[in-house]
Amino acid sequence: MDSALASDGAVYLRHSVRTAAKLLVVGHFAVGKTTFVGTLSEIRPLRTEETMTQAGAHLDDLAGTESKTTTTVAMDFGRLTLSDSLVLYLFGAPGQKRFTRLWQDMTRGALGALVLADTRRLEQSFDVMGLLEEHGLPYAVAVNHFDGAPVHPEEEIREALDLLPETPLVTCDARDRVSSTRALISLVEYLQTRTAQEYA
Amino acid sequence: MTPPRRDPGRDRGLVRPYVVTDGRAYPTRNTFDLVTLVMAHGDRPLGGLSPEKRRLMDLCLGGALSVAEVSGHLMLPVSVVKVLLGDLVDSGHITTRSPIPSAQLPEAQLLQEVLDGLRARL
Repeated sequence: MDSALASDGAVYLRHSVRTAAKLLVVGHFAVGKTTFVGTLSEIRPLRTEETMTQAGAHLDDLAGTESKTTTTVAMDFGRLTLSDSLVLYLFGAPGQKRFTRLWQDMTRGALGALVLADTRRLEQSFDVMGLLEEHGLPYAVAVNHFDGAPVHPEEEIREALDLLPETPLVTCDARDRVSSTRALISLVEYLQTRTAQEYA
Repeated sequence: MTPPRRDPGRDRGLVRPYVVTDGRAYPTRNTFDLVTLVMAHGDRPLGGLSPEKRRLMDLCLGGALSVAEVSGHLMLPVSVVKVLLGDLVDSGHITTRSPIPSAQLPEAQLLQEVLDGLRARL
């Protein structure tokens, strides 16, 4: 399998590519991260795994015993060549708080994040939004449309997610290329306004 | 929509990740980001390289890839790939291109290029 990949020139970057940009696609379990990345990626989405050893979530400080567990964390990612010299990588990553090292790795050098949300489980987005704020990574929220999911007015969703007034909120269909591209555009436009303010 | 899990026993063989890296958890240099682009030099001898480094070179000799893609194609954890790449940079087999060329390309310009590229896809 690997040799087939290696001989398939389509997986390689153009020779002229000089810069790689990184955006994160985050959200809770089964919110559509893998679908979103797969819809936009020009390569078959890849999965990279990291084995993490960490203190257990249920440690008992008083007893002075730390339990350690080994977990495998997977990230799905895809690639979009945006110009002769620029390539964009999209990393879909889990929102669990305990994967600190993975988050440090993922957020390093990332321009920003798109938080996918599901109107049926909005409260499950808080963890991941909290993590982004901790890591100082700006984000926009895209409500991924699921067939049969309730449609709420934007104001209600903003309130339920406790969004800042400037945080963009859009809807998208992670299965649709144009809709997903628009969601990313909203994110990058927002990042631009923030950069402009910083240097103003 | 998570793709089916691969059988790790089949994909990774019987070798534990840290055997591949001679027990090291960290690379000889801390310059690899997930999107650092790596390129292999075709004129370097491959004899003497470990099987995993050979696989990495075989993959990278085809063209440039990011660290994350190398990890995904070889089905090795990112931390292991970084250790292997560190050694291969040290031995002159691999060169890298930093993902954050902040000196050459300010963030505002990078964002504009990303935006232009995304809009062109609509």
